[in-house]
Amino acid sequence: MRFSGLRVLREGLTGNKGWAPHWRDAEPKAEYDAIIIGGGGHGLSTAYYLAKEHGLTNVAVLEKGYLGGGNVGRNTTIVRANYFLQGNSEFYSHSLKLWEGLEEDLNYNVMHSQRGLINLFHSDGQRDAFARRGNSMINQGDDAVLLDREGVRKYLPYLDFDNIRFPIYGGLLHPRGGTARHDAVAWGYARGASDRGVDLIQQCEVTGIDIENGQVRGVQTTRGVIKAKKVGIVVAGRSGQVAAMAGMRLPIESHVLQAFVTEGLKPCIDHVVSFGMGHFYISQSDKGGLVFGGDLDFYASYASRGNLPMAEHVMEAGMTLMPMIGKAKVLRSWGGIMDMTPDGSPIIDKTDTAGLFIDCGWCYGGFKAVPGSGFSFAHLMATGNHHAPAAKYRLDRFQTGVGLMDEEGTGSQHNLH
Amino acid sequence: MRLDCPICGSRDRREFYYHGDAVMLARPAVDDGAEAWDSYLHLRDNPAGETRDLWQHEAGCGAWLVVTRDTVSHAVSDVVLATDVKGSMA
Repeated sequence: MRFSGLRVLREGLTGNKGWAPHWRDAEPKAEYDAIIIGGGGHGLSTAYYLAKEHGLTNVAVLEKGYLGGGNVGRNTTIVRANYFLQGNSEFYSHSLKLWEGLEEDLNYNVMHSQRGLINLFHSDGQRDAFARRGNSMINQGDDAVLLDREGVRKYLPYLDFDNIRFPIYGGLLHPRGGTARHDAVAWGYARGASDRGVDLIQQCEVTGIDIENGQVRGVQTTRGVIKAKKVGIVVAGRSGQVAAMAGMRLPIESHVLQAFVTEGLKPCIDHVVSFGMGHFYISQSDKGGLVFGGDLDFYASYASRGNLPMAEHVMEAGMTLMPMIGKAKVLRSWGGIMDMTPDGSPIIDKTDTAGLFIDCGWCYGGFKAVPGSGFSFAHLMATGNHHAPAAKYRLDRFQTGVGLMDEEGTGSQHNLH
Repeated sequence: MRLDCPICGSRDRREFYYHGDAVMLARPAVDDGAEAWDSYLHLRDNPAGETRDLWQHEAGCGAWLVVTRDTVSHAVSDVVLATDVKGSMA
């Protein structure tokens, strides 16, 4: 089933009776060439690119809940490539290019909207840091425009420019940054993978990983044993527990990150705005809700919900920056389980077990990485070689100290990111 | 979330600074090798369930605490002074 304007018109005129399910809800087979553990954004995109780029279609995606039920459905939908450090820079640049062709590639409307992202600054020192970051983005081949105070006012007239504590000095505009419809990204990749023959198996929890003589043989699941010579772990906040089934301890601590959405309002915020000093970021969904978030709650958690101190902090930061949103009513808040690494950058690598691969450590930045992560992880699983844009995401960088990517410059330690 | 500081009593979570897994109390010796240090600094059991972590009563008495807590329910079951835990480890 392909989507097109003509198809929508025809279905609209004939009662929308011709739509079929977007993917097959498959039953597990006894053996596959490759198994992906985790049916979230990264797992589904990995399966899609394994099939599309490498012709590997005898693949299963095992999901303990339902497809796209984790962080890919629990984020603030921001897509950007404004990283500073080598390693991150080329990876997110590649991922953004995949985003830009994603809808045509998947024949699926993921509502990718490059509305521009503005990072605000509030001092001369911060201006220097953002100018430097902007240069790094331009050197990578991406786009960045340094805005002065009046430049920001043109785009965001509603900000409190003369705030006594954080007056606005300017902002770094990343015109190609924006948002996308998060659930549609998972559904689009699921459909693309399923159409190419990948089995998407829901309600199938992995309970063990079978390893013989240092080679992975398959997995134990709540729906029986499934064999495979290649297994990829792509389970975000649950990485530590799944890796433990293979006898591994990871440099990961799982934390909760909260996000919030208001009732639907008329269009008022046209961009993605981030206020680093208050750790607050906001955009408006196409449905009208203001979608915003802040920092981690900052304690290890698997609760998928946070506590009130951070909720209060986020609201205060929002009111400091843009008092106009004060009367908007918050509809919902939720939390995602973030797989935090010591340096705040992810891991895409082999493990000490032959055939066992891991893609994790996306911290609070996994959504924009969904295309790039799947592409690079599929490359690694299919060829055994690291994909160039993700080649620095090594698991052993913490032990060796070589190639740490501490984007915030705060240190490579668990409680600092 | 509230933590029951052994010195100050029950206080709001906002008074406390979270440092991470209480494995940080078991610092390796200087010549224990890269693996021991990697394990101490980076690798974590990261349990979904009961965990022990280090907090400091930053806005109170300043004491370092070992908190036994459930990472799924956020229930706090025990708070003791880190000096006492460290003393019994020696």
